[in-house]
Amino acid sequence: MGAMALSDSPGAPETCVVEMRGVSKRFGEKLAVDTLDLEIPAGSCFGLLGSNGAGKTTALRMIYGVTRPTSGSIHVFGSDVQRDPRGIRARLGVTLQDNVLIEPLNTEENLRVFGRYHLLDESRLSQRIDRCLDLLELRSHARLPVSNLSGGFRRRVAIAMSLMNDPELLILDEPTTGLDPALRLSLWSLVRELQAQGKTVLITTHYMEEAQRLCDRVAIMSGGHKICEDSPRQLIESRLAREVVEIDCPPDREIELLGDYPGLLQRLRSGGRLLVYVDDARPLLQWIRQRDDLEGRSLVVRPSNLEDVFLDATGTALEASP
Amino acid sequence: MSVSWPHAVAVWRRNATMYRRTWKLNILPNFFEPVFYLAAIGIGVGAYIQQMGGTSYAEFLAPGLVCVAAMNGASFEVTYNVYVRLHHEHIYDAMLTSPIQADDVLAGEILWAMTRVMIYGGSFFVAVVLFGLAPLPQALLALPVIPLAGLLFAALGLAFTLRIPGMDLFSFYFTLFLTPLFLFSDVFFPIQERLSGGWSWLAEALPLLHPVRLARSAFQGSWSWLQVWDLLYLLGASAALLAVARRAIRERLTS
Ligand SMILES: Nc1ncnc2c1ncn2[C@@H]1O[C@H](COP(=O)(O)OP(=O)(O)OP(=O)(O)O)[C@@H](O)[C@H]1O
Ligand SMILES: [Mg+2]
Repeated sequence: MGAMALSDSPGAPETCVVEMRGVSKRFGEKLAVDTLDLEIPAGSCFGLLGSNGAGKTTALRMIYGVTRPTSGSIHVFGSDVQRDPRGIRARLGVTLQDNVLIEPLNTEENLRVFGRYHLLDESRLSQRIDRCLDLLELRSHARLPVSNLSGGFRRRVAIAMSLMNDPELLILDEPTTGLDPALRLSLWSLVRELQAQGKTVLITTHYMEEAQRLCDRVAIMSGGHKICEDSPRQLIESRLAREVVEIDCPPDREIELLGDYPGLLQRLRSGGRLLVYVDDARPLLQWIRQRDDLEGRSLVVRPSNLEDVFLDATGTALEASP
Repeated sequence: MSVSWPHAVAVWRRNATMYRRTWKLNILPNFFEPVFYLAAIGIGVGAYIQQMGGTSYAEFLAPGLVCVAAMNGASFEVTYNVYVRLHHEHIYDAMLTSPIQADDVLAGEILWAMTRVMIYGGSFFVAVVLFGLAPLPQALLALPVIPLAGLLFAALGLAFTLRIPGMDLFSFYFTLFLTPLFLFSDVFFPIQERLSGGWSWLAEALPLLHPVRLARSAFQGSWSWLQVWDLLYLLGASAALLAVARRAIRERLTS
């Protein structure tokens, strides 16, 4: 009752489902996660982004208590993960990066076996299987051995398994890698549906468009560090100019093309492709056209997006301006 | 952290669900192997042996082969099968996203290995009874030896499987460890009678020797203080190996 009154009181901080403070994880010489702070508000969809090896999966494993942090503290649902891993895992679901399915069993049997890990009784099992088959649109494939299913269906079975205990927090490690656009769309609507029920979703992805559309907040990691965190919109606005001019331009032509353009330009380079960020692209386009007939080069003007923030933040494509 | 038995049973049930589909393929070779030994060596070779330790050779052999059936039932389960679940199917990674803990996985796998031990050891025991080689009711006292031997080899095999870096090392385990145990642990001949005095401790170190001696005592109805040592060895070694396996599974599954 006291806790209820507290959270109802005006100005009380939003309750956090996940709270990480100064969390590091070292594997031998390798510092996989470096003093990471994360707060994931209840009911939100939080995106953890970062290149391969950035430490996303390690961070998730520490959240559900399978990897022990080298230092720092992690609270999930308000409890210390190391003290009550069972209690915490009963209330969350995890879709692992690689599907773990029991090949000879069918979809329904896979769900049943997984539901038993949560000690669901038989009537609750049947009820949850029904619900999860519907949520992931697996009804037509319920009786097929999972070894016969396509990649998209296998992924859906894996996600359905992580929903068997009706979790309050759903952790999705690259759920849409390898899925076709239609499946991806239906997964997005599933996430929104869960959010509408008050669930919290923590997702990692390499698809920036997905993160931008789905997540209330994202954190970008690189080499175990958190580089930045905010809503996708805020990140884009605070880090980059509004528009991007993308142009084919080898490094040695760059000075010739832009060299003395008035005003400071943010640029990124990815191989032979140059990205120039400006608030208004029109004067720059004119400037470029005066210097180059653009014969046989592709030039695109578009609003800047989360992918640009990612490239900028992780330094994946960054090169020193000339 | 300690074992939650309902969760261990959930691990057991996963294996049982799988096994229900393949048991017909599995059980036949496992069941017939000791039957063939009994027929070829016990009855075939035995025809040329007047007697062995006061009984016919087939009667001498039968209790030992019951223990071998238990050893093999446990060993196959906790070596290849557990290795595949761990490294290829990643079953345990999925289990650990639920409230199941590493200790529950260990307990569930041991329970499951013991189930197979009881199936193989028990069905071979029935075969021995049908061959008329088990004097009843006294031989029934050998039945508890089946799970005791199974537990020892389940813990031993698990400790090995959880530590090795690659599957090819199983050929060492089977060929250089289990096969000599099978041949020199009193199953076919009393090893102590063939070793000169100073070397008898070597035989006492063999893990299969102790269940074989216990089972034979039950079959022959002749007990001595030596069987107390056999029992203590089995319990002590199992406890020590379970502790090793527990450390190993925690290191493998959590980091
Ligand atoms: N158990 C482990 N032992 C040793 N090193 C590990 C272990 N787990 C992860 N690492 C290392 O930690 C770093 C981070 O790995 P992690 O799997 O968390 O990255 P990730 O962001 O999930 O990458 P990806 O996008 O490729 O899935 C990597 O360099 C990885 O090799
Ligand atoms: Mg990963």
